[in-house]
Amino acid sequence: MRATALMIQRMTLDVLFPASADEAATLYGDGEGITVFAGGTIILPEIAAGRLVPERALMLHKSGLDEIRTDGDRVLIGAMVTVAALAEGDDPFLAGAASQVADGEIRRNATVGGNICSPPGDDAQRGDLGGALIALGARVRSTGAGGERTEPVEDFLAGDRAGRLVLELEYDGFERRTGAHSLRRRHAHSYAIAGAVACSRADGSDLRVAVTGVGPTAVRCRSVEQSRDPADVLKDVQPVDDAVATAAYRTAVLPTVVREALDHLEHA
Amino acid sequence: MNLIVNGSEVEIVSPPLTPLLHVLRDELDITGPKAGCQQGGCGTCTVLIDGEPRRSCLTAVAAVDGASITTIEGVGQAEELSAVQAAFYKHYAAQCGFCTPGMVLAATALIERKGGPVERDEVLEALGGHYCRCTGYVKIIDAVMAASRGEVDSVDDLPVPEPGQPEVLPKGSPA
Repeated sequence: MRATALMIQRMTLDVLFPASADEAATLYGDGEGITVFAGGTIILPEIAAGRLVPERALMLHKSGLDEIRTDGDRVLIGAMVTVAALAEGDDPFLAGAASQVADGEIRRNATVGGNICSPPGDDAQRGDLGGALIALGARVRSTGAGGERTEPVEDFLAGDRAGRLVLELEYDGFERRTGAHSLRRRHAHSYAIAGAVACSRADGSDLRVAVTGVGPTAVRCRSVEQSRDPADVLKDVQPVDDAVATAAYRTAVLPTVVREALDHLEHA
Repeated sequence: MNLIVNGSEVEIVSPPLTPLLHVLRDELDITGPKAGCQQGGCGTCTVLIDGEPRRSCLTAVAAVDGASITTIEGVGQAEELSAVQAAFYKHYAAQCGFCTPGMVLAATALIERKGGPVERDEVLEALGGHYCRCTGYVKIIDAVMAASRGEVDSVDDLPVPEPGQPEVLPKGSPA
């Protein structure tokens, strides 16, 4: 064994392997001093390079959270369902969104739970699935300090995600019209410059619009939902600068991206 | 922990959060998977995990305990190249060779999954996370498409260098 492995051995104090969701929740407790390890696509390089030294790591791959199931009209997606499984899943809207994330090889590691928990990176915004999940009206079931709770994805993203263990996502399966548009390049590490997603009922009512990639998390765009005017997106979100694009560029293109998504929905 | 690496079962002593890449290279001395960017961006560490291409640098070994791993060492032999390897050779799809292990494995999985000729778009999608800084990709894409069409079914016509002798490239070689 050479230096790298020895270094990791010294750093890793305690790795836990819960065998069920309940055991995972119990071991997680209030999350103090625990690093959740889902797909590892973001944190494994950090750990390997010694930039992140988890006191205790909670590995979830044996916790049974990797299933997509239905309960009546509800669709439930375990936190450890891979983005690849979603990309190959039955819901064409979610499959389309998932197939835009990273590349096929990374999607086989990356998980839905990790995607909505990922903080922004040094160079780019992350969490491309957030917008699609908000537009679907999805809810997050998570545990942590104060116990288990279920809340809309947009509330979860706006809250203190760092202290929560995501167990499952759920949304209501009914006939929808959907539209999406994003600006991106095809590469593993190319996060979206800006993306917009829209869903409504088949008759066009209950419009839900979200944007992703323009700030630290995906954001629900209530102003656009009410007015149906793409320009109103700038009332809902303030684009940021990063290595992928400037705030000024995002501000300039975002209404067009939203209009494209609304047009797709209109003609769906 | 155990892995089946290129058909042989091995016991793993590295700690659970060690990237599979370092288990292969440092514990098992299997150096086909290259340590490139080590953050998922370059694709040269890609191996097949239960037949599916994944980045070994992003995969904690504990997460694939018991899995079957195929590295480039498990694909073809020096005297008996796989179809993809032979196509890479024939189409000059390898120059410095650093990206080749990941490219060949990803292409092999793509062709196996499709079970027949693959289109250019499918190659671009499957190799979209693999960097090559030499070839400009055209020859790689040509090679993968040719291999998928079974156009390279024999390597008998490929020159095999004698031990100790310099490799003689066919006439017209751009290299």
